[in-house]
Parts: sequence; C-alpha cells; structure tokens
Amino acid sequence: MNEGKTMKKRPWLATPYAVWVAGFTMIPLLVIFQYALTSREGAFTLANVMAIFEPVHLKALLFSLEIAVGCTIICILLSYPLVMAMRRLNMGRQGFTLFILILPMWMNFILRILAWQLILSNNGILNFILQKAGLLPLSLANTGTAIMIGVIYDYLPYMVLPIFNAVAEIDEDLVEAARDLGANSLTVFCKVILPLSVPGLLSGIVMVFVPSMTSFVIADVLGGGKLQLIGNVIEQEFTKSANWNMGSGLSVSLMLFVLISMAFTTKNETEGKSSSIW
Amino acid sequence: MKKRVWAALLAGAIVCASALAGGCAKETESGETLTVFNYGEYLDPEAIEMFTEETGIKILYEEAVTPEDLYTKYKSGAIEYDLLCTSDYMLEKLIQEGELQEIDTSSFEHIGNVGERYFEFSKSFDPENKYTLPYFWGTVGILYNKDKVKGEIDSWDVLFNGDYAGEVIMQNSMRDSYLVALKYLGYSLNTTAPGELKEAQDLLLAQKPDVQAYLVDEVREEMVAENAAVAVIYSGEAYLAHDYNEKLEYAVPKEGSNLWIDAWGVTKYCDNMDAAQKFLDFLCREDVAQMNYEYIYYSTVNDAVVENMSAEEKENGALIPPEEVLADCEVLKQLDQETTDLMNEYWKELKAD
Amino acid sequence: MVEKIKDFVSRFYLALVIVFLYAPIAVLVVLSFNDSRSRVVWGGFTLRWYQVLFSNHQIMDALCTTIGLALLSAGIATLIGVLAALGIQAMRQRGYQVMMTFTNIPMLNADIVTGIALMLWFVRFMPLGFASVLLAHITFNIPYVILSVMPKIKQMNLSVYEAARDLGAGAVYAFFKVLLPQLMSGIVSGFFMAFTMSMDDFVITYFTKGAGVNTLSTMIYGELKKGVKPEMYALSTLIFATVFALLLAVNFLPKRKGKNPAGGPAAR
Repeated sequence: MNEGKTMKKRPWLATPYAVWVAGFTMIPLLVIFQYALTSREGAFTLANVMAIFEPVHLKALLFSLEIAVGCTIICILLSYPLVMAMRRLNMGRQGFTLFILILPMWMNFILRILAWQLILSNNGILNFILQKAGLLPLSLANTGTAIMIGVIYDYLPYMVLPIFNAVAEIDEDLVEAARDLGANSLTVFCKVILPLSVPGLLSGIVMVFVPSMTSFVIADVLGGGKLQLIGNVIEQEFTKSANWNMGSGLSVSLMLFVLISMAFTTKNETEGKSSSIW
Repeated sequence: MKKRVWAALLAGAIVCASALAGGCAKETESGETLTVFNYGEYLDPEAIEMFTEETGIKILYEEAVTPEDLYTKYKSGAIEYDLLCTSDYMLEKLIQEGELQEIDTSSFEHIGNVGERYFEFSKSFDPENKYTLPYFWGTVGILYNKDKVKGEIDSWDVLFNGDYAGEVIMQNSMRDSYLVALKYLGYSLNTTAPGELKEAQDLLLAQKPDVQAYLVDEVREEMVAENAAVAVIYSGEAYLAHDYNEKLEYAVPKEGSNLWIDAWGVTKYCDNMDAAQKFLDFLCREDVAQMNYEYIYYSTVNDAVVENMSAEEKENGALIPPEEVLADCEVLKQLDQETTDLMNEYWKELKAD
Repeated sequence: MVEKIKDFVSRFYLALVIVFLYAPIAVLVVLSFNDSRSRVVWGGFTLRWYQVLFSNHQIMDALCTTIGLALLSAGIATLIGVLAALGIQAMRQRGYQVMMTFTNIPMLNADIVTGIALMLWFVRFMPLGFASVLLAHITFNIPYVILSVMPKIKQMNLSVYEAARDLGAGAVYAFFKVLLPQLMSGIVSGFFMAFTMSMDDFVITYFTKGAGVNTLSTMIYGELKKGVKPEMYALSTLIFATVFALLLAVNFLPKRKGKNPAGGPAAR
C-alpha cells in the first residue's frame, strides 16, 4: 500500500540528541557512580551506597517516602474532582481554566513557599483569620504537615494537567453510549473515565512522586530546620560536610527509586498510550 | 502563514536572547576582575559599584550562608575566588591548610581606622596578623521578647529548662548550637573531650522537642513576628530586631558566650595582589565602612565609624559589647578532624531526630 | 435539580482550588506594597519598591540572566528535541525504547542529583559560569520538548505529506509545508514548558552556576536567610502581571480559524 513516496525513516536526525545524552546525562551519572563507589582516599568501597541504611539516613528516607506518597495520593484525590468539575463546566475547551491553573507556576516557587510560611506561621495569616472567626489557632509552622501542604501546593498542577489532558481526549460518544445503556454518573466515572485516564494518571504520578520526595527547599523553609528529607541530607553532605562520596552514595541509592518509576513509564511509552503532559 | 509568524518570533527570540545573555554575562571587555566570596547581605552593593567606578576593577560577587558552605564551595575548586570573608575558626582552618596569601595591612592607606583591639582578637586564628583583615565582629546571645518572658534573662538556662517549651529558636549552625550547650555546661566551646561533647549532645537532644525551629538569620524575622519567646542570635541581628520590634531585648548570659570576628583573606589563587589589597584598603575607608555599617548594622571594627555613632547607638549592648561581657567570651577555634567528624555525626543525629 | 446541585458543587470546588493556588500569590502581591523591610510587619502602602526595583542593578542583572538563560536554553532544546523526536520515531523498537529511557532519566532523577552530577562533571574540564548553567538547562529541557512533540508525531497524518510528494514536492519542502504545521502546537507547548522550567529552576542552577552569575531563583534563595528584599516581591508581581496579561490576550483575542484545539498553545 505504501507505494510512491512516503516518509523516509531518518533515525539519524536524533544524533545531536544522542551525543547530548551521552555527554550530559550519561557521563555525569558515571561520575556520580565513581564518587559513590570510592572513599575519600580513593579506595573502592560500598560504604557510601550502603550508608542509606544507617538509622539517621533511613529516618530521612522514610520521612521523604511518607511525604512523597502522601503528596501523590492527596494530589490524585484533589485532581480527579477538579478535572470532573472542569469537564462538567465545559471550561477546558477554552483553555481558560487550564491557564488559571498554570499561572501560579510563573511566580517564583521559592517566593511562593515563603508566602506559605507567612500564612502558616503561628502568628501568621491563617491563624489571624481563624482567630477572627473565633476558632482555635493551628500550630502548623515547622511541622511535617506544613511541608506536606507546601509540597502538595507546588506539585498539584503537575498532577492535574496530564489527567486533564487524558480525560479531555476521551470521546464524548463513549460517555453518551454508557449513559444510553443506563449508567449513572458514578458508574460512568469508574468504568469509562477512570480507566481511560490512566496514562495521564501515570504521567502525573511520575511527575509528582520523585520531585516531592527529593525537594529540599520546601523542607528548609517550611520545616524550620527540624525536619530532614533525604534531599536535605544529600545537600548537606555536599555543601556542609564536603563529603562528596557520601553524598554521591546516597544519590545512587535514591536513583534506585527512579529506576522503579521508570519501569512504569517505558511500559506505557511502548504501548503508544502516552498522553502528552501538557 | 501563521507558522511563519511563529518561526520568525522564535528566531527573533533566540537572537534577542543571545544578545541579552551575551550582554549580561559578558565578564570583562578588558581590565581586571576580582572574584569575591562573602556571606549573604554582608557588603553594600553600592560600595561594590563605587569601587569599580573608582578603580576600573570589576567585582564578581558570590555569597554563602554559613562558613561550612563557603569552605566547601571554595575547596571544590569549581570557582577560583580571590578574596574570602568568613569567620574566625574557618579562617584558622584555611590558614592552616595554606590557602591564604600574606597581606601587608600596615601598608594600607586607611588602616588607621581599624581599631587595634580587633587585631588582638584576631590573633586567636591569625597569630601574627599576617593573613587577615578584620571586618565585623560581635557576640552571640539571647534575644528575648520582654512581654513573653518572666524574670531576668541572664543565663543559657532559659533555653533548656523547659519554661519556654515550644517558644525557643536555636541556630541552624553546628558550632553555634554546640557552643550554647557547652557554655551552659561550663565547658570551653573549643573542647575536644568526647565526654563533654556527648553531654552537650544529650542536652540538645533533650531540648529538641521544645525547640520551635533551627534558623539562621530568619531568627530576626520570627522574633519580630513574635512567633517565639527566646532565641539564640548574633548581636548584630539583635540590634535590627529591636529596631523593628521594641519588645525585643538582647542579653549575653553570665556563663559566657562566643566572641566572633569575621575577616577578609586573600586566597592563594589570587594573582593580582595589588587589586586585592586595593579592595581591602577601600573597605577600611571611613565612608565605605559607614555605608557597610548602615547596610548591615553589625558591630563594626572601624573606629572612625564608631566615633560617628549616636549616643543611643553607642550605649546599645548589642552594637557595642561592653568589656565585662567580653571577659567571658571565647573565640571559636578550628577543631581537629576527629572532633569535627564527631560533631558532624552528632549534628546529623540531632537534625534527624 | 440534581444537575443544579452538581453544577454548584463543581463551581464551589473549583473556586476552593483557585483560592488555594492563589493565596500565596495574593500574599506576595500585598507584600510588594508593604512600606517596611520586614515581611512580618505591615508598614503602610507604598509604591517605592517598584521604583527602587529598576535602579537595583543586581536584580536587573539577575532578571536579564534568568530570561536570557530561559530563552536560549528553551530555544536550543526545542531545536535538538524536535529533531530527536523525529529521529526516535523512525527507529525500530529497541532503539526507540533505549532512547526513550534515556529521555526519561533527567525528568525522573531528583533534580538535586542531576545538578550535582553536572557540577561534578563540569568541574573537571571547565570553569563554572554562564555556559555551564546554560548547558545544564538545555540538558533538562530537551526531554520536555521531546515528550511534548512525540504524541503529535504519532498522530501525524502522512497522507497529505504523501500527496504533496506525489505532486512533486521535495522531501524537505513537503516536511516544512505539511508536517511541521501539524506538529507546531506540540513544538510550541514544548518550548513554553522548557521556558517555564528554566525560569523557575533553582536546584540545578544553584549547583552549576559560576561566580557572579545569578538567576532570580538563586538570588532569592540567598536572600531567604537575611530577609528577601521587597524589590523582589515587586519584581515577581510585575512578572506575574505581565504573564497574566499576555495569556489573557492570547486566549481572548482573535479566535483562530481552523481546528487548533485550545488545549494546545493557547492554554498558555
């Protein structure tokens, strides 16, 4: 069927990119591995990679996982109703609501986190409003909850957008067909929309899980220096303790989590079901 | 048609960007540069501009948050700094490791402005005053909110006895937190005795639940906002805090505390000693020192500036630490590697708790 | 009746989310008018920070650097990325999988690891400066471009292309006239995504920048400890307002003819 001139396959177009990947993605990773597997004096050692299991680091890692999992789940729970609401109000088509969601990302994220610190601090804006309303003030400053709020705030758009894109692509006819067959809204959601939104959901999870686990700025500002995420520990090894080997070792352990997440995405890619993120 | 517009826009944007980036990032056309590494907000940017205008030497300015940050970044060799400004014990470490070149401060035109006693203080890390030029100094003490505390605040005890649980702010800096604990226990803040350090560590661990936060310079803002009752703070920050909120007062506890000095040094990488010394001399000039003083409001080493202070400023214990207070204060010294590693471990443990 | 309730609930929830998203922004805007250097004390309304802003050379420099960096890195990343996407699409299964895996690595790796890795690598052969940051930004931008363009490439309608070729058009000409417009929305959204990521990036820039090179993010981070300069709030408010106005314009001005779904570039 493909006689005549069709699109010639030109894999070599990707060469500049391949070179770039080799030079700026692969080699730096190798450098990290090198630091991770050597001690300060240069001898080969596994101590740095195993260091993740020391109680101090384990605590930080578990706390990070807690935050990441919590954040991802809450983002999912917040996103679906939002997407359904947007769909219902027919707002997505004009793009307006979408851009309302993206717009905050244009304000520098450190400043936004700083603003949250002002809102959540003991004498902050939130407590001010609560007290005016006659309610008890909340002691949220410098707690894990504050960090959780900050992380959810930062990454919610990354969860909403892919899910929204996936849902927007669902053929309206399918939904109508389901209704014609007698399905109520809940069934339509569970049986039609949810399954078809899965590629978007997976994109969202990937874009939220790892960053929320490793963010250190948010923990710095909202945690008051009391709480450590694994990102903080790594950052400190590099900037304060000058122990690049340890820092690299911990980073390598962290990358194992990355590999697990990757198993999900590439599976989706090859099946051609990937939804655009944006 | 529309596609062409987009393509043109994109191309235009890229050209613009290159021009912008080239213009912005271009270092020197010709002429000398000095790469300076300092603490954040520790030099008036206008002073830097003034210097470049007067001498034609361009300044590349970098900032660090704590002495450890500065040291790590410096040692990584990623950037070759010419001038560093950091704290006493860190300077000691740098001198010991041969990182600093000798400077001849006596040849500076304006060196007369810098009080003799600061060179005396500096001897603890620069025994022959060969490497460093004092810059700012002060004490570490307790900043407290008059309305939130009961009784006299004159001891480190208030941070540990649980009276102000949840209303205590500590410093997010290893040496500063340990010096508070050590002084309270009656030990030297430069001790290397593992037993004494362990006691300090236990004290801090026990204190952690009562601590609202570990902060660096944000302490001031938090106290001004009245989010806490007592905090460990640098004398310079204390003065500013009082300025913003009159309820805040500063006290140096009777058990003694830390006398800190920040000073400048020239690194071994600097091959333009002339320019570097010009810069240091420039900082000693009365008008420049005045500018920096007004920018930072820490205790200045420049006696000419002190002369010009108002009576109120001169009496302020945070700005001009009185002699009797200084008697019990020690300067931080660089500890040996073993002790430093131990402290690092303890600090990680404390933070992870 | 039920429908009305559902409508109401939908709007209410939407409003709640919007309040959540914009609360901090409102705080920052208010602070930009605060006549006091402290961020916890309200000193009255003032416009002076906006005036001071333009004479603050450091901030202007940082702004320059940030925008220049974003434009350049997004532009170059788009170029490399589009070519790459076309190339990868043409590969067989194995090559395709390998390339897509590599594409995902920077996105999935914690940015602190990417930043440090690049720093450790750069330090070996070049001094850190603007160039090192630029290279780092391009590196993390390319995957976003590729992932934006790929779906469009997969949906490409080749029959028009083939028709053009049959009518005598050269391959390159046919590509530019027929296929590129189809990909355009993906390319533009990829560019904008890269631009946004670059503008807002902090961690990677922090580790790979040289002395004297400052972006807005690193400057703000440095000021966090001692107190962010109010001019920063003014600047952020201005940037925000500008983007808001731009997006309003793009969304509500001339409605494009043709089936360009508004979910593409117009959404930004």
